[in-house]
Amino acid sequence: MQLRRCGTDAVLVEVDSLDEVEAVRAAVAAAGSPDVVELVPAARTVLIVARPGGLPSIRRILAGASLVHHPGTDSTEVVIPVRYDGPDLDLVADTAGLTTAEVVELHTGATYRVAFCGFAPGFAYLTGLPEPLRQPRLPSPRTKVPAGSVAVAGEFTAAYPRATPGGWRLIGRTDAPLFDPCRPTPALLAPGHRVRFEALP
Amino acid sequence: MLKTGPQTLIQDLGRPGNAHLGVPPSGALDKPSFTLANRLVGNPENAAGLEVILGGLSLRANASCTIAVTGPATPTSVNGVLRDSPLHLAPGDTLTLGTPRGGLRSYVAVSGGITVPAELGSRSTDLLSGLGPAPLRPDDELPLGDPTGVPMGVDVLVPVQVPDEVVVPVFLGPRDDWFHDPARQLRAGRWTVSDRSNRVGIRLTGTTVDRVTDRVGQELPSEGLITGSVQVPADGHPVVFLADHPTTGGYPVIGVVPQHALPLLGQAAPGTPLRFAPQG
Repeated sequence: MQLRRCGTDAVLVEVDSLDEVEAVRAAVAAAGSPDVVELVPAARTVLIVARPGGLPSIRRILAGASLVHHPGTDSTEVVIPVRYDGPDLDLVADTAGLTTAEVVELHTGATYRVAFCGFAPGFAYLTGLPEPLRQPRLPSPRTKVPAGSVAVAGEFTAAYPRATPGGWRLIGRTDAPLFDPCRPTPALLAPGHRVRFEALP
Repeated sequence: MLKTGPQTLIQDLGRPGNAHLGVPPSGALDKPSFTLANRLVGNPENAAGLEVILGGLSLRANASCTIAVTGPATPTSVNGVLRDSPLHLAPGDTLTLGTPRGGLRSYVAVSGGITVPAELGSRSTDLLSGLGPAPLRPDDELPLGDPTGVPMGVDVLVPVQVPDEVVVPVFLGPRDDWFHDPARQLRAGRWTVSDRSNRVGIRLTGTTVDRVTDRVGQELPSEGLITGSVQVPADGHPVVFLADHPTTGGYPVIGVVPQHALPLLGQAAPGTPLRFAPQG
């Protein structure tokens, strides 16, 4: 774990893997410190923003944090219903040397974890994607990806909370309310949550 | 709302604490000016008001209210007659803002605050994510809350004045090690504010900031960003992120501007000369 100064009131914790990111995030969240203003996991880092003067207590939490991730400590599991008719489903199948039915079986057979959010509110990067589905972004991003699109790119899978440009490979779509700013809990998915996809007939 | 000028947005103190969901903090760019306007009309500091770029705002009151205008010196008229702020509007009165001098963003507070629905606890318009109310348009109606407090008395309002050259303090890190002699490069460089600046960030044109040889062409996995981050994209032209910044970014952040220096950046117009002062 390496701590990098980020202005006067924040620290960027750098680790070596997504599992370690989750371990740091979970440890800081579990401490429940009122000094933490923002706790932002990302691909290899966790950004922690403190209240003014709060950094020393956060450093103490980090000093005691274990980098071993304990799966299952977060009780939240979300099941997302998907219609697997995405425009890139055939491309993903061809690239993997599988049938589309096999792609769907792989995607629905895994349990994912929300590693981090970003790009847009409620856009959750889900880790745990089966190896054959780990494929590059499209050479040319779409100018508009419909809201609810379910997609894969690199080691992640995700569902687009709203229509945005995007280069991920679209394999399906969902009507799940991924992000609604008027609800008490606006984001369906948050860091640490476990997620499964379920195929709709 | 009769006229909006180039841009008029509803703002309050934003929605910090949601970055882990991909939600930017948003909020007024010049918070001291914004909170002052609220105090002048007896509002809580976080009541929603207006952030007006380059004046041109015109609105008609449907009810009696008290108005304060803060930020840069902004000619303020009621029914065509120049008035000092704070001021009282009677039903039917028309308020007009002229072009501000010495800054970019004027702040308008109305007694009772603007009470459009909140999203994630804030009524701020976030231009990046689309959260909050849409930018205001002619014919929009603004609901007001009930006045709650006693207006703060003030003899003379001191307007914001952006200096001829803006000197921006910056703390190095977290990715200063991606750059050759980062403190020297920041101290020696000279920039101007680009006209592609907005609430997401202040884009700078001028000196390019050079990476160390090992890092040229390398990509950085996305990592969290805070307001005030000085990010250096591949073209070497720094961007200082403001309130509507993305929550994560994939280019190295050479330094962070402290919060107290950001309001002045929110007032700096395109073309303003700028340099950095690295802090110890």
